[in-house]
Amino acid sequence: MSTLRICVVYPDLLGTYGDGGNGLVLQRRAQWRGIEAQLLLAPSTEALPAAELYLLGGGEDGPQVRAARQLLTEGTLASAVGQGATLLAVCAGMQLVGRSFPGSDGSIHQGLGLLELETVRVDAPRAVGEVVVEVTAPSLAARSLPPLTGFENHGGRSRLSPGVEPVGVVRSGVGNGFGGTEGAVGGRVLATYLHGPVLARNPGLADLLLSWALEDDGLASRVLDDAPIEALRAERLG
Amino acid sequence: MRLVNGTSRLLGRGQGTVAGGRVALGIDPDLVAALSAHRRVVLISGTNGKTTTTKLASAALVASGLAPHLVTNSTGSNMVAGHVAALAERPFDGLAVLECDEAYLARTAAGTGAEVVALLNLSRDQLDRSSEVRKLVSAWRALLEASSIGVVANADDPLVVAAARGARSVRWVAGGLRWRLDAVGCPLCEGRIAFEEAPSVRWRCESCDLERPAPSVEATGGGDALVVVVDGRRLVGSLRLPGAFNRSNAAFAIAICACLGADLEAAMTGIASVEEVAGRFSTVEIEGVPTELLLAKNPAGWGELLSLVTEGTSPVVLSINARIADGLDPSWLYDVDFEQLAGRPVVVTGERRHDLAVRLHYGEVAHQVVAEPAAAVALAASLGDAPVVFIGNYTAFGDLRRLVR
Repeated sequence: MSTLRICVVYPDLLGTYGDGGNGLVLQRRAQWRGIEAQLLLAPSTEALPAAELYLLGGGEDGPQVRAARQLLTEGTLASAVGQGATLLAVCAGMQLVGRSFPGSDGSIHQGLGLLELETVRVDAPRAVGEVVVEVTAPSLAARSLPPLTGFENHGGRSRLSPGVEPVGVVRSGVGNGFGGTEGAVGGRVLATYLHGPVLARNPGLADLLLSWALEDDGLASRVLDDAPIEALRAERLG
Repeated sequence: MRLVNGTSRLLGRGQGTVAGGRVALGIDPDLVAALSAHRRVVLISGTNGKTTTTKLASAALVASGLAPHLVTNSTGSNMVAGHVAALAERPFDGLAVLECDEAYLARTAAGTGAEVVALLNLSRDQLDRSSEVRKLVSAWRALLEASSIGVVANADDPLVVAAARGARSVRWVAGGLRWRLDAVGCPLCEGRIAFEEAPSVRWRCESCDLERPAPSVEATGGGDALVVVVDGRRLVGSLRLPGAFNRSNAAFAIAICACLGADLEAAMTGIASVEEVAGRFSTVEIEGVPTELLLAKNPAGWGELLSLVTEGTSPVVLSINARIADGLDPSWLYDVDFEQLAGRPVVVTGERRHDLAVRLHYGEVAHQVVAEPAAAVALAASLGDAPVVFIGNYTAFGDLRRLVR
């Protein structure tokens, strides 16, 4: 395959929580294996470029609504995903790939509908803090991913439709806020509430996304020196 | 009060100011109002530069002769406990210059009956606590539109302008804005802010009427030189604190002096006298190693300091904690361009050194990891020429300062 294109979608709207770092992690983990990888930062002022792997990050309520509206109008992301592109959607990104999510005034906004989930307001404090997730999704079982760690910071809670796989179950933290689940996965779309950035803290998940985008199941067998990351994981997993 | 502060210092629990304030609050919840009743109060708020601007404004006001009695929370304790501790100093008249946490500005302004409020800038910081910087804009706006408080505000920051432009009286400062990622979307409508550097510095919203107001206060200079132009009047002096961001802080200090009617020529001599700010920008010895101390709390602050530091070649120690006062989520490390340190000797330390080590790993910046800050400084000293540059975030900086004998 030629160059892998990794696109960080609208960092000007969805770049509040450092999730753009996921792009850097993916680019390096590809490059370190001898795969050419290009990191595209796509501001909302320009048309979304073609890519094999898209990243949506966390953002504030207003910019989230704006990003959803623009992505719906433009249609590039949904059609890329329909043709097999890989998508990681974090926090506000997870909410806006669902069917609907609430704005700051409580009004309901339409999402991209790439995952069958809806985000609602709840009468509960904002979910803020460290999270540990046991990966249980049947479609990820073959990967035997170790527990995920991250940091959540969200007001809304996300209810998955019957049949939609959560990424896993929450060992500590809040996650989706329904049934002790965290995240959602369907096809090559993976959504989560975890910041950190999530791929910096969970190299196994980064390699999973790379293997989807490159259609290369042997990718993870080319082992990298993850010593600094293992030290961080050991500390976070206690 | 003094006894409590002294006890806190003896116990090694900090610099004394916050403990004193908490004890006082247990006695009388209306203390802030009572202690402010006979004072002219200035509040200084914003994401970055609060402590430095408070120090510069205090020095300038004292030098101007306007304030025979001036109290200030010079150590960065910027919530109610720190305010009470500062205001408890006798006599209870004269001036109070108080740094104020962004989220506590409205209630502090009401409590103190402040005469002037200075608004420096707003950007992402401690997202686990304040979650959205735009909520601060709304809170500030509500405060300023409902009061006749005098405002000194940054004309270069769209978030600050959105908050301040409805105020009755505003003195606009060309305060600069290097970090723009939080200001590209208009805080008033769904539009986009377009920034322009040439032929002149300006910005405006493409969809509504929000735009850069014409500033009446501006600072220029290079090296130690400082020139501040206030309402067309040119003041020449010097500034010992490094960087363009500190020139902006000095411009705010002079603008505050102008609001209060102080002698501005004399105020400039006060600015020139400031050598360090609560230990920041000072060079100290850490177990025999000359070490330059810098504090950066968020991506905007780190950007400013790294641009300052990359002019040199000396070893760098980076220290990161993620306690409540720092913000609990260090994801923001990925918003900071640490890549510019590649090739420098770099040692990382602090409670979240592993998060920083992973950030540098992915940034391909060679580094070493050391648990203890003092040992990190010692290792750095062995890797290049002194002084070692130490940059820490809020509590990491405090931890290092406690090692200074």
